[in-house]
Amino acid sequence: MKVEVNISLKEGVLDPEGQAIDNTLRNLGYNNFDNIRTGKQIILNIDETDENEVLKQADKMCQELLVNIVIENYQINIIKDK
Amino acid sequence: MRTAVAIFPGSNCDRDMAVAIKKITGKSPLKLWHKDTEAPNLDLIVIPGGFSFGDYLRCGALAARSPIIKNIKNHVSRGGALLGVCNGFQILIEANILPGSLVRNKKLLFTCRETTLEVQDSIQSPFLSSFNTGDCLNIPVAHNEGNYIANNELLKELENNGRIAFKYKKSSEIETDYNPNGSLNDIAGILSENGRVLGMMPHPERSISSLHGGTDGLKFLTKSIEQIVG
Repeated sequence: MKVEVNISLKEGVLDPEGQAIDNTLRNLGYNNFDNIRTGKQIILNIDETDENEVLKQADKMCQELLVNIVIENYQINIIKDK
Repeated sequence: MRTAVAIFPGSNCDRDMAVAIKKITGKSPLKLWHKDTEAPNLDLIVIPGGFSFGDYLRCGALAARSPIIKNIKNHVSRGGALLGVCNGFQILIEANILPGSLVRNKKLLFTCRETTLEVQDSIQSPFLSSFNTGDCLNIPVAHNEGNYIANNELLKELENNGRIAFKYKKSSEIETDYNPNGSLNDIAGILSENGRVLGMMPHPERSISSLHGGTDGLKFLTKSIEQIVG
């Protein structure tokens, strides 16, 4: 089953890349936005068919390696094939 | 004195560190490979700088899950001394041996230059007991992710319990960029609860000869090793 993990910096953690993008967007004339945050996405196939089991395993991977829980938040979504 | 340098794919300061240690002890340190599952009893393990595993995922994240880390944790629980420099510091944090986090430099620039470190009023530690609070060392940094952050609770714990080893120091009143990465409270290095693990961003092994422009790194490593031997 295909799973995506979206990882973003927690509120209050400095995001210099986000700030640089914020500046550039404003230089391009976009002003109708705020609170830019960058993050990363990890997509993987877990060899399992039960959704709860997939979520459980993905969560364990996040806790053990994929996410630095000190500074990052994460969200796991199951991607359903169309 | 039994010393070792732990090496990961992408470590690049391991040789410099080994040269520095040999200069002090007269003996080359043992080399531990990231896949090693056994290590002899050692007095000091150093995790050197570099770009372990290409800094993929997060700096130090993949190295911190390598087989050798279990040995390093055992070494620490036996009371062994452990020094993590730069990427080594990042690895110690990712391995939960030291707390907090090291994030991207505030100015988004890889910074490679000399910094002035001020020794802090710390708990008993072999790395610092030969120095007085307020002593200064000129040691270079070279990193992209050295901005130390911690939540308020942890910061208080570090500040109040003498677990901050070094802070970047202003060399003059007007200097504004003395802190190369924007770290919280100008923190450059922190200690474990028992003082026997030190993580620091600056590279003492890059300051061991007059050709380097200074020898404060050699002074720091020499005094540390003397104290570790006891």
